[in-house]
This record gives sequence, structure tokens and C-alpha cells, in this order.
Amino acid sequence: MNIISARNLALWYGDNKALKEVSISIPEKSITAFIGPSGCGKSTFLKTLNRMNDLVLSVRIEGTVEYAGKNIFDPSVDVNELRREVGMVFQKPNPFPMSIYDNIAYGPRTHGITNKARLDEIVEKSLRDAAIWEEVKDRLKKNALGLSGGQQQRLCIARALAVEPKVLLMDEPTSALDPISTSRIEELAEELKEKYTIVMVTHNMQQAVRISDYTAFFLLGELVEFGETEKLFSQPMDKRTEDYITGRFG
Amino acid sequence: MDILLKKEQQINEDDFMEKRVKRQLETKVIRKRKTYEASMKVLMLASTFLTGLLVVFLISYVLIKGIPNLSIEFLITKPSYITEKIGILPDILNTVYIVLATLFIVLPLGVGAAIYLTEYASNKKIVGAIEYAAETLSGIPSIIYGLVGMLFFCQFMGMKTSLLAGAMTLVIMNLPTIMRTTQESLKTVPQSYREGAFGLGAGKWRVVRTVVLPGCVDGVITGCILSVGRILGESAALLFTAGFAHAVNGLLDGLSAPGATLTVALYVYAKEQGEFGVAFAIASILMMLTVLINLAATMVGKYFNKKKN
Repeated sequence: MNIISARNLALWYGDNKALKEVSISIPEKSITAFIGPSGCGKSTFLKTLNRMNDLVLSVRIEGTVEYAGKNIFDPSVDVNELRREVGMVFQKPNPFPMSIYDNIAYGPRTHGITNKARLDEIVEKSLRDAAIWEEVKDRLKKNALGLSGGQQQRLCIARALAVEPKVLLMDEPTSALDPISTSRIEELAEELKEKYTIVMVTHNMQQAVRISDYTAFFLLGELVEFGETEKLFSQPMDKRTEDYITGRFG
Repeated sequence: MDILLKKEQQINEDDFMEKRVKRQLETKVIRKRKTYEASMKVLMLASTFLTGLLVVFLISYVLIKGIPNLSIEFLITKPSYITEKIGILPDILNTVYIVLATLFIVLPLGVGAAIYLTEYASNKKIVGAIEYAAETLSGIPSIIYGLVGMLFFCQFMGMKTSLLAGAMTLVIMNLPTIMRTTQESLKTVPQSYREGAFGLGAGKWRVVRTVVLPGCVDGVITGCILSVGRILGESAALLFTAGFAHAVNGLLDGLSAPGATLTVALYVYAKEQGEFGVAFAIASILMMLTVLINLAATMVGKYFNKKKN
């Protein structure tokens, strides 16, 4: 089952065409990795999937992205509801400058949950799902900025999980973290794919090989190749993919 | 043999002389440089000393001339022609009323405009033009605001000469300050906070209210304190619009009636009645208030910095 399908998606920043007719179907409950050199459009494409690019003023988009059978650019789609279902974890951990509890409760409160008992339940469940509950359960009222970088990133994942998304977009979630925190996030991603669809941009090819089920290779705004990770890395179909994964450029 | 030895000696001596001359030259350069450095240091020290002296002189002059004229009675009575005593209670009250009225109107306007310009507006050219205009406005001499205020609020809007007309004039004067300080502090709120909130499906206003505004409270408060200082010190604009009366009124009556603030009263007592003792007493009060306001601004800044970290 595919959960997100892009058809001929083209995107311009001003006059600069950053994505060239990308078509891709992302399977449900799996990890899909986007790889490619800097500036290849992989992050741009990721941010298109929950319309975070709307925040950039000069962006123009053509083509369609279907999520749950509906074009997300259709005027009838509520962008806030879309972002609730297609959550996002950013490159740099970005907890809000408030308590750990309030960080997690931010999403549910945004979507109208005010019952204290219900919020407590969501906070605990999200923190458990993000494998950080044991570390923070005694200091839920403390400021989230006091956590370490790795903890902050898991907190951000918990915050994203708290609104019960279907898809989790991760934009290089480990690039600002140390190796130990990185491996914890990777383990977490592998656990989360039981319940969620994960789309992850990564700079690190080993990471893509380690944890992803499918890999998409982007180059200069073009989707060069997309397929099962194992196949893409062992028998790439395209010469450019082969050159990239064997380290000839990048 | 002998000649050779002598020659060598000669060469050695020449070499020695040459080195000596060189060394002398070097020390000359160094000495010159050192005197230059030292004299510049003295010059800078002298300017610092003069500046300090000036500040100390000004403050102590005002305080020495003013404090002997201060008394509790002076602070809590109004002037009376019968007893021929002067009290500044009405002027203090008028000042408080005008500060309150101005902030009450200017805060929502300025903060609202700042939020719209930084968070909502998409046409950066128009935003830039408005910012530029605001900066220009804040540099205009206040007497021009007074003139316009008198014609527009007092006459055209029919407010007559009143504290309200004065407050409205000050609103226009302080609007750019409040707007710009709020804008600047809105810009210091990291974009990643906004992205995080949008990413969770929060709408624009929710993002502004819960994530952006708490991060810029310090800027708003700093702007407020700066404005209060500016209102306290304003006389030219109020001479035109708020009048010179010394009657004790409540807040609402006071706003619709003319009245002198402390600075205006200072001007009137000194210039028109020759009461320099009273003028200096008011001056010393204003001076102490200014110090208090600056202290408050610093403390608020520190408090919020602490809270942020």
C-alpha cells in the first residue's frame, strides 16, 4: 500500500527550478530514505510532502502529491490537518522554550484536547514511544532546553508522535547528533515503522543502508532512482546512482 | 701579519660602530612610538574624565539646587494663590494619567502592527517602506508632533486642549518606537520554533500567541519603558496640546481637562513665574525617575534573559 504518491511534482524557488517532475510512491509502514548530494532537492521534496514549503514566500509548485487519496494542494485540504497527519522532525532539535510536558502537550492542545488526564496519558505514551520516558519522567516540569542534543531530538520525535500522525518526515534527524545519540534515533526509527510511515532525508549512506527499506536517490532536483534499499545499493540501475554510492562524487 | 691583524680589528670596530648606530636608530623609533602611544592614552583619559565630570556636575547641580526645595507637602498639595504655596500633586497625577493613557492606546496598536508586519505581511517591499517611514517618524522633532496634534486632535477632532489630546499626540510619537522594538525582538525568535509549531499543525495565530509572543515579551517591555521615559521627558508636544492647568482630577475627568505634566510645569514655573527653586525641585524628581526607569529596564532585561536560559 502506498500512502503518499507524487506525480510530476515540479518546484521553483523564484526562477530556480529546484525539483524536476518528481514522481514517487511511498509505501506505508516502512522507512524510505532520500539520499543525494547537498542541494539535490531531497529536503525540498520532503518539505513539500506536508506543505512546509508554504512558509517560503517565493515558492511555486506544479504537479500533485496525493496523500490518503487526495491531492494535498487542493484548496479543500486543511493544511493544519495535513500537518497533523504528516508530522515532521527537523535537522536541528527544536524544542520550544517551555517545559518537557508542555512541549509534548503542545500538539494535542493545538488540536483541542484540554482534559488534564487525557493529556497526561498522551504525554507519557509519546515519551515512551520515543524511548525517552525513563530519562525525563522525573523532570517533566523542567525546561526542555536543559536536555542534551540527543534527548532534545527524541523529545521532538515524541512531540511529533503526540498528535498521532500517520507519516513522520525526518529531515536529517541525526546530522547534529553524536554517534551514540544517532544510533538511538536509528533504533527508534526502526521500532516506529511498525506503526508509522517514516520518510527520512539523510546525508549518510551507511545510515540509509542500515535502516531504510526503500531508498530514493536525488540529483540536481531530479529523482534518479527509487527502489528497495538492498537492490539500489547492490545493483543500481542508473550509472549516476552507481557513481554516487561508490563515492565518485557527492 | 701585523697589518692583517690591524685590518681585522678595524673591520671589527667598523662593524661595532655600525651596529651601535643601528641600535640607536631603533631605540629612537621605539621611543617615538612609545611617546605617541602614551600621549594618545592621556588624551583618551582626558576625554573620559571630562565626560564623567560633566555628568557628575550636571546631576549634582540639579540635585543640590532641587532637593532643598523638596518636601512632602510640596509633593502632595496643589498650588494655591491664597496661601501662595506651590505643590506639584496635580502635575504628578497628570504625568501618571498621560503615561497610562498613552501606553493603553499605543501598546495594542504598536504590537499589533509589529506582529502583522513580521509574521503575516508577505510583500517585503511594503514592509520595508513602512519600517523606513517609522524610523523617519521617530527622528522628527517633537514640536512638529505638537503642532500637528494641536491642529488635528485639539481643533479638528474637537478634543480641545486636554490631557487626552496630549496623550494622542504622544501615541503617534511613540508608535514607531513600540513597533520597531517589538519587531526587532520578534525577529530574534528562532525560525525553528515557528517551524516546529507549524509542523504540528498549529495555525498562524496559535503559533504567534504560544511560541512567538512569549519569546519577545522582553522586547515589548523594553519598548514600553523607553516610551515611558520619552513621555516623562516630553514637553514641546504637550505645550501645544495638553495645556498648563494645575487642577487635581480623577483619571477620567483629568483626561478631558487640560493639565500640565511635570516637564511642562517645570517650563512654566521657570520661564513664566521665575520660580527656579520649584523648577529645580521638579527637575530633581524627573532625574530620579529617569534613573529608576533605566534601572527597571536593565532589571527586566536581566530577568528575561535568565528566564530564557
